[in-house]
Amino acid sequence: MAIVLQHSWFMASRWLRALLRQPAWIVVTLVQPVIWLLLFGALFKSIVNLPGFASDNYADFLTPGIVVMTALFSAGWSGMGILQDYERGILDRFLVTPSSRIALLAGPLVQQAIVTIVQSLIIIGLGLAVAGASFPGGVPGALVVIVAAILLGMAIGALSNALALVVRKEETVIATVTSLTLPLSFLSGTFMDLNLAPSWIADVAKFNPLQWAVVAGREALTSPDPDWGVVLSRLGLLALLLIACFAVATRAFWAYQRAA
Amino acid sequence: MNAAIEAESLVKTYPGGVRALDGVSFRVAAGTIFGLLGPNGAGKSTTVKILTTLSRADEGTARVAGLDVVRDPVAVRRAIGVVGQKNAVDGEATGRENLLLQGRLYGLGGRTLSARVDDLLERFRLADAADRFAKGYSGGMQRRLDVALGLVARPQVLFLDEPTTGLDPEVRVAMWDEISALAREEGLTILLTTHYLEEADQLASQLAIVDRGRIVAEGSPEQLKAELRGDRISVELDADGAASAHAALARVAGVREVVLDGRLLHARADQGARAVPAVLAALESEGVSVAAVTVARASLDDVYLRHTGRTFESADAGHGGPDGDGAAAAAASAAKAAAETTASGSR
Repeated sequence: MAIVLQHSWFMASRWLRALLRQPAWIVVTLVQPVIWLLLFGALFKSIVNLPGFASDNYADFLTPGIVVMTALFSAGWSGMGILQDYERGILDRFLVTPSSRIALLAGPLVQQAIVTIVQSLIIIGLGLAVAGASFPGGVPGALVVIVAAILLGMAIGALSNALALVVRKEETVIATVTSLTLPLSFLSGTFMDLNLAPSWIADVAKFNPLQWAVVAGREALTSPDPDWGVVLSRLGLLALLLIACFAVATRAFWAYQRAA
Repeated sequence: MNAAIEAESLVKTYPGGVRALDGVSFRVAAGTIFGLLGPNGAGKSTTVKILTTLSRADEGTARVAGLDVVRDPVAVRRAIGVVGQKNAVDGEATGRENLLLQGRLYGLGGRTLSARVDDLLERFRLADAADRFAKGYSGGMQRRLDVALGLVARPQVLFLDEPTTGLDPEVRVAMWDEISALAREEGLTILLTTHYLEEADQLASQLAIVDRGRIVAEGSPEQLKAELRGDRISVELDADGAASAHAALARVAGVREVVLDGRLLHARADQGARAVPAVLAALESEGVSVAAVTVARASLDDVYLRHTGRTFESADAGHGGPDGDGAAAAAASAAKAAAETTASGSR
């Protein structure tokens, strides 16, 4: 177990180091959320005036959703890293060392988690400072948002890695990720109070992991008196999802080795 | 005892029914360089994958450093170093960082590791570039870093899967020197795969010729070449008429082992140069038009031809190998070895 953790950290540091050397990339990953938060948020500011909308400040409503959506989007690309390693022969080089196999999968996910923390703090900060949001949930609320984003990001990252190991083609990974992430966002309450959405979208959203993260984060961050039952149940679902996705990724890894 | 690698009747079939290995067996004595020589697609890389625990054989057993690759894969991984076909260096990291991470995966750390890494950087002439990103390295430097990565944990057995494919000729020769020095100084057992006849001849003390998933010949390069008496005469035919040419050549006194390979006719004769006039006369009398005739001393290419019925180049080309480079180098080595006599354009 100690070896697994240690090797996961070695692998995560490798990914983080590569990321830190391209700081421009971190800025690029923030372009989208900033557009959603500041432009989309400003454009639809008056949406809160709809009778029955759950919040009276759209920035409050939108920020936690943008945090978890950003985690989802960047995690979707996680498989591209493994794919690059595969194509360059680096994955096979690691596989013939005594390296922990689990660590090879966990490394990029740990990196994913750390990136998510940084991105989340920046987006929450922008929400407060630029978009004019106020968060009664305070620090504990922000922590919940970040934990939800991490769980969702790692789960999706694990799936993305699994997909990459099975299909071993960049085009397939790109096509899958781009065709799934945006619909998942619109089939959730990220942008809109689902009480005012068509009921079929509200029904589908119940099974959408992004929605679980949005609900937990929004409840904890923006409600003056959070319903912790709601928050913890959604976090629990996300944790189960992460375990399931990691199991899938492990299976994909075995399949990859068998196909060798 | 003293076998660093034992492969026993390895069989591997890939999905779709491609039989990559069809009963491969060989033993490699500790401290020697063993070459697996064969064209692209012969099964060399599959053999290496099985021996290095990357893949599993469908049938057969293999032991590396005395350890069973299926029952004890982790211990095998501790005992081996592997340099794959691609330059598996992380371009986003420096040479030193690549080596440090590799060492940590073997449980090395601290001063021991940093000293080992410094040694390797020095020995592979990478010390000056140690702290530059590996993506900026030349092909030869990346290859040297790759070999250094395989050596970080002081393996007992080193696998080199086509170590010089894609390298320039001068860089290739330099790499040969590095490899022989390694074997000499560190007492390593090296299993080398290659599709360069010249490389196998230069480096390996024992070699096995692999073709279509089987080992067709095994021995030292000298033993293998000694099986062949005399010189090889190769006749390139201008047009058709191969069958009658084959028959005509077979009738010439002193000429034996006539083999037809595409538009090339190969045969052996004790004194190749002396047999040429008779060969040409025989072909002339059959009305066969000849484009070129070459006479060459016995080389591994002849060993390959004798055991597989194809020349090495045509086997490589037939598998549509990614590197036209391979065929070119084989042709170059054949040309170098040849050049005793060249009579061209008779008729």
